[in-house]
Amino acid sequence: MNIKQMVKKNILETPPSGIRKYFDMINEMEDVISLGIGEPDFETPWTIREEGIYSLERGKTHYSSNAGFIELRREISNYMNNRFGLEYDPKDEILVTVGGSEAIDISIRTFAGPGDEVIVPEPSFVAYKGCVMFAGATPVTVELKAEDRFKLKPEQIVNAITDKTKAIIIGYPNNPTGATMDYEDYEAIVEVLKDKDIIVISDELYAELTYEGKHVSIAQFPEMKDRTIVINGFSKAFAMTGWRIGFACGPADALEQMKKIHQYALMCSPTTAQYAAIEALRNGEPEVRRMVEEYDRRRRIMVDGFRKIGLSCFEPIGAFYVFPDIRVSGLSSDEFCERLLMQERVLMVPGNSFGACGEGFVRATYATSIDNIREALVRIRRFLESL
Amino acid sequence: MKKELLSILKNNCRLSVEEIAVMLGTTSEEVDAAMKELDEKGVILAYNALIDWEKVDHEYVTAYIEVKVTPQRGQGFDKVAERIYKYPQVTACSLVSGGFDLFVVVEGKNMKEVALFVAEKLAPIDSVMSCATHFVLKKYKDSGVIFNRTSEDDREAVVL
Repeated sequence: MNIKQMVKKNILETPPSGIRKYFDMINEMEDVISLGIGEPDFETPWTIREEGIYSLERGKTHYSSNAGFIELRREISNYMNNRFGLEYDPKDEILVTVGGSEAIDISIRTFAGPGDEVIVPEPSFVAYKGCVMFAGATPVTVELKAEDRFKLKPEQIVNAITDKTKAIIIGYPNNPTGATMDYEDYEAIVEVLKDKDIIVISDELYAELTYEGKHVSIAQFPEMKDRTIVINGFSKAFAMTGWRIGFACGPADALEQMKKIHQYALMCSPTTAQYAAIEALRNGEPEVRRMVEEYDRRRRIMVDGFRKIGLSCFEPIGAFYVFPDIRVSGLSSDEFCERLLMQERVLMVPGNSFGACGEGFVRATYATSIDNIREALVRIRRFLESL
Repeated sequence: MKKELLSILKNNCRLSVEEIAVMLGTTSEEVDAAMKELDEKGVILAYNALIDWEKVDHEYVTAYIEVKVTPQRGQGFDKVAERIYKYPQVTACSLVSGGFDLFVVVEGKNMKEVALFVAEKLAPIDSVMSCATHFVLKKYKDSGVIFNRTSEDDREAVVL
């Protein structure tokens, strides 16, 4: 049997992530500094880990309710209210998921299928487009621009909307650009979206990692709240990537449907992680602040460093990525990253991995030590001088 | 800005003035001036390295000593504390609440040397009533730093 012939067309046609080749290259190398890792370098704060361990010691190893422990949903409800002024009923407006990733997947699958379109601004997290394609729907790309500071503009949405549009995925603070949207930016796009039958999927995983001003959620606009699914989680803010725990908040009617997929596909998110997450929300705040402070310092060092070696660099306000413009090198993003890795053993991710319009840029993360950042910048300078 | 500057220095005092300026979003001149001022005012007392002496060939022992003291009229504990902390063997000395009064850290080449120091110098001080000496056998953590920590970055090299 030819297995490939058996595979569904939309799975087959979805390209694998473009960075696979780097794994093979890097395996044979030593002394590589990776600025390609999209996760915190911090370990999960001990108070959180300890709660996970304690739950195991007590034999808390069973399923939770499908939506997640009610204690956790209550904590999430308080957190969303206190941090972002968003009110969600723990009973039926919050769903605990297996990482933000699951929440992205099931919210797309709940609303979009064959014949439907989902607007996906790019450059953005690679999973958006993939999940839309797996759902059988068609992703409609909007190209965010460096001159707009990678913000989403109302006219871009207007141009992308057709009568097939079912949803739009908005992800700020943004991976890979580090861009954020402030209140006025959202105000402009709310004007376009407020009276359309389009679901907004707002991926706010990096909300805590906002370095100037306060994080704004599109759901804070009263006219948007009942058409928006807010996705957040513990991976980035609390350095809990490996625990796989996140959550979705939204109107009860939407969550009720999403919960069906969650129930049948996942049952519930890992309970050890759920116990740890309760502790994260109760007592993790000081550690979050400490990490955010540290990221902010590294962010400034990295932006300043790239600019000093001649790579112009839009000032990222959120997440932990810098997205320098490498066109001055005369190389494509792929060439740049591959040659930099071979020549100087620094790994960055080509911008076009996050959408075609990311060409000409590379993503570098400052979720690594100051020493690594410093050394990487020395090597990148040497590389640029060698061109 | 000074508070943030202090928190940066507390974690790593080897950063250059230029780097600190970038981190704080200010100029090197301003950082330089602020550091001088903090030095002069005695806010920053020292820029020390934290060393794990176990890893080098160095004879060395630390003792934590609980000292009970009779406070002196008009001088409280300060006078006797001063008599104690002036010894170079004493690396730290604090007045504490609880079952004893002064918490004294003494360093020496070996146990005998520290024991002799306590017997000959500390204990005989007039207002010292008693000393309880605890030798440090193993250091796990000091100044927020965990000793003998093997922290390897074993994250996947690329995560999107």
